[in-house]
Amino acid sequence: MAKVLVVTSGKGGVGKTTTTAALGAALAQRGDKVAVVDFDVGLRNLDLVMGAERRVVFDLINVVQGVAKLPQALIKDKRLENLWLLPASQTRDKDALTEEGVGKVIDDLRSRFDWVICDSPAGIERGASMAMRFADEAVIVTNPEVSSVRDSDRIIGMLDSKTVRAEKGERVEKHILITRYDPSRAARGEMLTIEDILEILATPLLGIIPESQDVLRASNVGTPVTLSNAEGAPARAYIDAARRLCGETVAMQVPTERKGFMDRLLRRRAA
Amino acid sequence: MSMGLLRLLRGNKASAPVARERLQILLAHERGLRGQPDLLGVLREEILAVVSRHVTLDPTKVIVRLERGDEVSTLEVDIEVPNDFERRKAAVA
Repeated sequence: MAKVLVVTSGKGGVGKTTTTAALGAALAQRGDKVAVVDFDVGLRNLDLVMGAERRVVFDLINVVQGVAKLPQALIKDKRLENLWLLPASQTRDKDALTEEGVGKVIDDLRSRFDWVICDSPAGIERGASMAMRFADEAVIVTNPEVSSVRDSDRIIGMLDSKTVRAEKGERVEKHILITRYDPSRAARGEMLTIEDILEILATPLLGIIPESQDVLRASNVGTPVTLSNAEGAPARAYIDAARRLCGETVAMQVPTERKGFMDRLLRRRAA
Repeated sequence: MSMGLLRLLRGNKASAPVARERLQILLAHERGLRGQPDLLGVLREEILAVVSRHVTLDPTKVIVRLERGDEVSTLEVDIEVPNDFERRKAAVA
């Protein structure tokens, strides 16, 4: 049974596109057939993060409007056999995303893939509501910071009322993914703790992605972070998150401060 | 322990508990509002309907504003009534 997963947040710049690419690649590496779909009409970026920006011919809007067939618009990943990208339109308006049209494309994708991962634009307008409209599950990307948590709360409210599942009286299964987690700032009490965020949002945790150079480096070269440095901390956290999405029980790794020699020396003196 | 000690020496408090408390208060309030009809919009329409029965109004000149305070909130209704020349003349006659 295909699953439609929306990666959403309300707030911009928290890591939705990075997460979509990383989870998509991690699930495809497990052997599942995955389509990642960019809903950020007018400001597409998933193609760039996936390294497929020069291979875009047709896009989601073309398929919605019947200008192109779905197989013509899907771009096959060059690294992973099972990973495909459906890019957003860069020139069209988000009003071109009609509910009926998007619903047909999602149904078509469901019949071809195991996972359909919808990368939501920021905000709560049409693009964001269309990205979540047909979702079975949602990953809410949240930074440990007040404005991001507030926006996540708002998005959770929308997932519980504005989706097809919610309107049928069913549930969209929701997961919190905490990104840009900085263990040293957490230790100093400068950042909302994981427990605070989960308590406030009352939603289970999918994973904690540490703040890392790896993420910027991966987007620079156009490779999902799970492939560019598979041994790095963010990649391992994303791979664990993907395993949890598949129903596996994986112990949660809370990123800890990596102490340098000087830190340890100073700490010993202070104690 | 050493972190607490450091903080004590520097004299700065952890800001995360403040963030947590502010968020809890704010979200409790926002969740209460969610799904309710737009109170100000409804008030504006009804006030406009009542006043229009007696005075000719420009609907765009009716402003309803709600200011939230700690103890009480105030509802401010600002209606601009045109100085209708014909009607005043009739009243005088």
